[in-house]
Amino acid sequence: MKDPLIVVLLSTAVIAGTPLLFAALGEILSERAGVLNLGVEGMMLVGAVSGYIATVQSGNHWVGVIAALGAGGMMAAIHAFLSVTLRANQVVSGLALTIFGTGLSAFLGKGYIGRPVPDVFKPVEIPVLSRIPYAGKILFEHDSLVYLSFLLVIMIWIIVFKTRWGLNLRAVGENPAAADSMGIPVYLTRYLCVISGGMLAGLGGAYLSLAYAPTWVENMTSGRGWIAVALVIFAVWHPGKAIVGAYIFGGVDSLGFHIQAMGDKALFLKDVSPFFLQMLPYILTIIVLIIVTSETKKRRVGTPASLGLPYDREER
Amino acid sequence: MTTPLVKMVSITKRFPGVTANKDIYFELRPGEIHALLGENGAGKSTLMNILTGLYMPDEGDIYIRGTKVKFSSPRGAIESGIGMVHQHFRLVPTFSVAENVIMGSGDHGFFVNMKSVEEKLARFSGEYGINVMPGSKIWQLSVGEQQRVEIVKMLYRGTNIMILDEPTAVLTPQESRELFATLRRMADMGKGIIVISHKIQEVLDNADRITVLRDGRYVDTFSGKDTDSRKLTMAMVDRDISFGQNLADKPKGNFILRLKGLTVLGDRGQKALKSLSLNLCKGEILGIAGVAGNGQKELAEVIAGLREVAAGDIEVRGERFTGKSARAMIDAGISLIPEDRLGTGLVGPLNIMENSILKNYRSGEVASGWFINWKRVREYAHRLVDKFDVKTTGVDAPVRMLSGGNLQKLLLAREITNDPDVIVAVYPVRGLDVGAIEFVRNILLRQRDTGKGILLISEELEELFMLSDRVAVIHEGEIMGILDREDFDLERVGRLMAGEREEGAYERAANR
Ligand SMILES: Nc1ncnc2c1ncn2[C@@H]1O[C@H](COP(=O)(O)OP(=O)(O)OP(=O)(O)O)[C@@H](O)[C@H]1O
Ligand SMILES: [Mg+2]
Repeated sequence: MKDPLIVVLLSTAVIAGTPLLFAALGEILSERAGVLNLGVEGMMLVGAVSGYIATVQSGNHWVGVIAALGAGGMMAAIHAFLSVTLRANQVVSGLALTIFGTGLSAFLGKGYIGRPVPDVFKPVEIPVLSRIPYAGKILFEHDSLVYLSFLLVIMIWIIVFKTRWGLNLRAVGENPAAADSMGIPVYLTRYLCVISGGMLAGLGGAYLSLAYAPTWVENMTSGRGWIAVALVIFAVWHPGKAIVGAYIFGGVDSLGFHIQAMGDKALFLKDVSPFFLQMLPYILTIIVLIIVTSETKKRRVGTPASLGLPYDREER
Repeated sequence: MTTPLVKMVSITKRFPGVTANKDIYFELRPGEIHALLGENGAGKSTLMNILTGLYMPDEGDIYIRGTKVKFSSPRGAIESGIGMVHQHFRLVPTFSVAENVIMGSGDHGFFVNMKSVEEKLARFSGEYGINVMPGSKIWQLSVGEQQRVEIVKMLYRGTNIMILDEPTAVLTPQESRELFATLRRMADMGKGIIVISHKIQEVLDNADRITVLRDGRYVDTFSGKDTDSRKLTMAMVDRDISFGQNLADKPKGNFILRLKGLTVLGDRGQKALKSLSLNLCKGEILGIAGVAGNGQKELAEVIAGLREVAAGDIEVRGERFTGKSARAMIDAGISLIPEDRLGTGLVGPLNIMENSILKNYRSGEVASGWFINWKRVREYAHRLVDKFDVKTTGVDAPVRMLSGGNLQKLLLAREITNDPDVIVAVYPVRGLDVGAIEFVRNILLRQRDTGKGILLISEELEELFMLSDRVAVIHEGEIMGILDREDFDLERVGRLMAGEREEGAYERAANR
């Protein structure tokens, strides 16, 4: 039986959106605690290459996932040290890490370009759920990392909004001085959030090299880290909205392939330049940013109040 | 004798360039309200920040209930039962009251059920007779309400050593009385209360004992019953204070600023000023009385060109200035001394030189063409600092390092040196000590005598009566009445402030 076009489109949107989702979830954690991490792109690349190498060497993709988590976490630890302990400018530190990560991943991946992944993440149907008409195919016939991302969305949502930890970490991002005088360890909280954020960025990268592509190509994230950063704003720092946003971007991202694959059936769309189609996610990013920022200004929701500001107890 | 709750011995704390505390002694007993009195920059906040574990002392020992302690973070102080309401509240504006109260504490399980926390909190604060609404967001609350949240926050943590840093600076007289009644109840339960202040009368009325600091040093501890305001003033400033005399009934000049039926929206889209009319003459101080939050901030901002006019007109020297930019207003000779010195008035991280030329960076005095002549700026800043006696480590120091009084002096120096025609001063002495208050008030009087028009927004009626030629009373964005100097009357102004309109207020405002 052939699936309707819309189901295929949405199903690929989920896959293309998953790396964005991982990275955006990580960025939400970090920014909720008040640390802007612009190193996501670099962390994704390093995650992608280390996940790839570890899988090639070990033959087991879960080893690759762990390597990616570790690599992303280590990159983020550098960012935390620079921006939390040394109180360096977070924008500069993040940009530096992106540049560093791009170079490092290219260097590490040199000998591996074009090598096949021995243990690719393959789709696993979830017994009952995948039978649901339409939704089953769209959501429940994917690889295990996609399911992991579902779990993470729920977990992070619960942690951030329903638990003591979440209350404390949001307090740190909104007003570290208030949090500090209530006995919340500001630095520790920021370290933990930045590092787990980096781990998730690394995982997002590994999804590209182990499931989505699956191979290693230099600079293979091609700006997805930046889209993830924008996605966080689109999602107003909320994991539930991040998943929706990620799939919208994923859908636009994969549109080009579909149109090419459809050939003549794509009607007038087949004449649209493929370069234009490739531009779409980035154009969408800009449009979304304009709309969302002007909206959030009107309502009182949005940016954690201390985002980007280092905290120093004795400073005033 | 009972052991003191707190004993601080030989406390010294240095910051780059200043010694904020030098060899200070302080003692707090259970059941007392203990006032900490001193001029701006005397080191009061610093001493208390040391007690709460925010700052580490360079020297000295702290004893809590007789045991020596060393706090390396606020957590330790909290565990010893110490809590503080800071000069600038430490609340998360986007959180609810309940969230602010419980954050950082561990006694409500990993999964937080806000509903049950809110119920518990309502009961808890009720027991102490403090009225807070646990579900409302902080940004929706008035300053007085926010302060109550801070107090509940401490009580909820089981605090029995409570510190309040200048708690009445932002309160109306009514709210201040309520606050001290609450604090007295806490003291009667055996808690120790420390109140930082520089209002001598308030301290005399409410404190059991008073410790005075001056220039970072310990002066003496007085018993509230056995001292008087003269002794305290002497201890605080080490000199005699006299306020300049108001020479009433100066000949009035012409209208310099007219507001005609001005309607202005506030931050939340509500009508903050409702068709308000006022005239300001040359050579007069027009006082604006009213409870904070009745449109004073918006009034000042719209005159300075910082807020849009929704309806009505602004005229300067007979010329229409409605909807002009802030720069146009500055060029028209309108100067604003804003309420938040570090938000609107000065830029915290910039140094004194940079701040001193924020408004006249284009003038020939400091600029040549597109470039700024920093040598001349330095001289200019030095002149301001000398003339207005700003205490600082140098003109290269970031202004956020200055204490409240010195910030205000710098701000006045900048504004007045530009020789404006109209000065809008919003709570110009809020948070200042007697010496600085005297200084600021004398400057305003002198400016009036040189023919400037001054709009003085204040909530202290005594100050308004002392300085103003006329007083207009504002309530919910409307002028309720305007009194001439000979009609000044506390009772009558109080009624107007509460919203009782006087016949003919508009006509008098418009036609005077
Ligand atoms: N974090 C800091 N960094 C540098 N200098 C500081 C800091 N905190 C205070 N100071 C300096 O220490 C001195 C004492 O300041 P403090 O805030 O304790 O005074 P205060 O008595 O509370 O004054 P005010 O009545 O204006 O609040 C001032 O000269 C101030 O500039
Ligand atoms: Mg202070």
